Amino acid sequence: MENIISLKNIIVEFEDGDRILKNISLDIKDKEFVTFLGPSGCGKTTTLRIIAGFLEPTSGDVLFDGHRINGVPPHKRNVNTVFQRYALFPHLNVYENIAFGLRVKNVPEKEILSRVGEMLELVNLKGFEKRSIHRLSGGQQQRVAIARALVNRPKVLLLDEPLGALDLKLRKEMQIELRRIQQELELTFVYVTHDQEEALTMSDSIVVMNSGSIQQIGTPTDIYNEPINAFVADFIGESNIINGSMPEDCVVEFAGRCFECVDKGFTPGKTVDVVIRPEDVKVIPAEKAKLTGIVESVVFKGVHYEMIVDGVDHKWIIHSTKAEPAGSMIGMAFDPYDIHIMNKTSEVEE
Amino acid sequence: MKLKYFSAPYLVWMIVFILVPLLMIAYFAFTTDGGDFTIRNVSDVGQYANIFVRSIWLSLIATAICLVIAYPVAFILSRMDKHKQGTMLMIVMLPMWMNFLLRTYAWMTLLGNNGIINNMLGAVGLGPVRMINTSGAVVLGMVYNYLPFMILPLYSVMVKIDKSLLEAASDLGCSSASTLFRVVVPLTMPGITSGITMVFVPAISTFIISRMLGGGSNLLIGDLIEMQFLGNAYNPHLGAAISLVLMVIILVIMTVMNQFDPDDQVLI
Repeated sequence: MENIISLKNIIVEFEDGDRILKNISLDIKDKEFVTFLGPSGCGKTTTLRIIAGFLEPTSGDVLFDGHRINGVPPHKRNVNTVFQRYALFPHLNVYENIAFGLRVKNVPEKEILSRVGEMLELVNLKGFEKRSIHRLSGGQQQRVAIARALVNRPKVLLLDEPLGALDLKLRKEMQIELRRIQQELELTFVYVTHDQEEALTMSDSIVVMNSGSIQQIGTPTDIYNEPINAFVADFIGESNIINGSMPEDCVVEFAGRCFECVDKGFTPGKTVDVVIRPEDVKVIPAEKAKLTGIVESVVFKGVHYEMIVDGVDHKWIIHSTKAEPAGSMIGMAFDPYDIHIMNKTSEVEE
Repeated sequence: MKLKYFSAPYLVWMIVFILVPLLMIAYFAFTTDGGDFTIRNVSDVGQYANIFVRSIWLSLIATAICLVIAYPVAFILSRMDKHKQGTMLMIVMLPMWMNFLLRTYAWMTLLGNNGIINNMLGAVGLGPVRMINTSGAVVLGMVYNYLPFMILPLYSVMVKIDKSLLEAASDLGCSSASTLFRVVVPLTMPGITSGITMVFVPAISTFIISRMLGGGSNLLIGDLIEMQFLGNAYNPHLGAAISLVLMVIILVIMTVMNQFDPDDQVLI
């Protein structure tokens, strides 16, 4: 697969000297579902706006299909956007909203009719043509926004937190539907969200961002199982992050004990982040354990119980299908491959 | 339920100062000095058709000029930083803090045959140009005095247009010009109609502006009505009839205007 969009050393600076994006480089492959994931203010929407053409980078190149498109206005780019709050035209009905882009391009009326019809079918809104957009639910407005963008047959669809305003159930439905549309039409989707679960469910690849720089790019499995630093580990799912050090390869010391692990090549004695997923902490009888703690609270979460366990200078989050009563002493154990060792974030950045 | 009694003062005000005078105008328009019914007054209004035409024509021109000037101003204003908008709005309103007569007097001294502009033109060897006592001067006076009434309703509609709508238009292939005509103008239609109303209605019935800047040769309906009540041509019956006809004309024009304002439209 070839790259459809490439960002090269993108820097965005505001007049007051604030750096919104600090040197972003990124390739997006054709027909791929890419998600920009990060907390609010991390620069993910800014990156999307640069691709759409609403914002020009202070420096750096934007390439589309191998051609530099810096300075090309949005209406001349072969991308379309689904906006955060849909931005549907209030003076037009459903049909006219979807037909808008085609009318601008003076597409013949007959073709407009058939293409809008196709789109209404694609987003399951047949029969809503004459509806005013004020009389649509949030989910329906969302579908109109998607249809309005897709009817132009863009090579790339940009989606800026499109499901943010929907309730949980509808959001899950739309996630599946978006993924179906993307695969059916074989398009490139660039999707912005702060919801890690959404990113894991839908994407071919995820770009994790924080404070204006890219932390990690990879498949959902890679990002979840092999987070590159404590930020990614913490942002993608919950994690126990403990200070530790590695006296030698495959041995890590934290909470005053040594544990077997599978990581190598860290400087001996240097402080590292030790990351362990809550579901990877095994609860064992206290007398058999290297590490013990007292259960502080137990909360039922549906599939599992979430326990907060007070250990040596760290409060552990443990997900387990069996609950231990609050106040009891438990032991904790880990498999070597469940212990992830990472350099401190501050050393990765800058 | 008792809440509606609080509207009583306004109701009394409406009856005493709006409804009763309107009925009195109707009464005067259709009676003779002796109090007998007649349609003579109304049919006499036809003699002044040329003044009606001139009034409508000049105020239409003034309204159109106001719209052309105010639209881009209001749009730029509405897209400014929030804190700058306040300052700029105040500058727009500033002339309205000065007395209407005073503002119009100022134009007399500017436009006069020996006025400031002609003096300046004379200094570079041009002119004098006749500016005062022309219909152009009347239109200028109308535009100058009523421009803020066009800017404000346009501005208040335009600030409500979400920036993302303009971005969506450009994303879907609109150049700036087609964004203007496909999105901004349709969405500002309510502002356009109320702006036109607020400029056209006072402009068509003004008499001060035409008196001061138009000389005797540019009589408007307002002057005509004033002459019937306070001038040498004293004839309140004819004055009332002219007023009535003017009201009907304005009503018709406004009804036509409102056809362009879809009321099911809700701005987000």
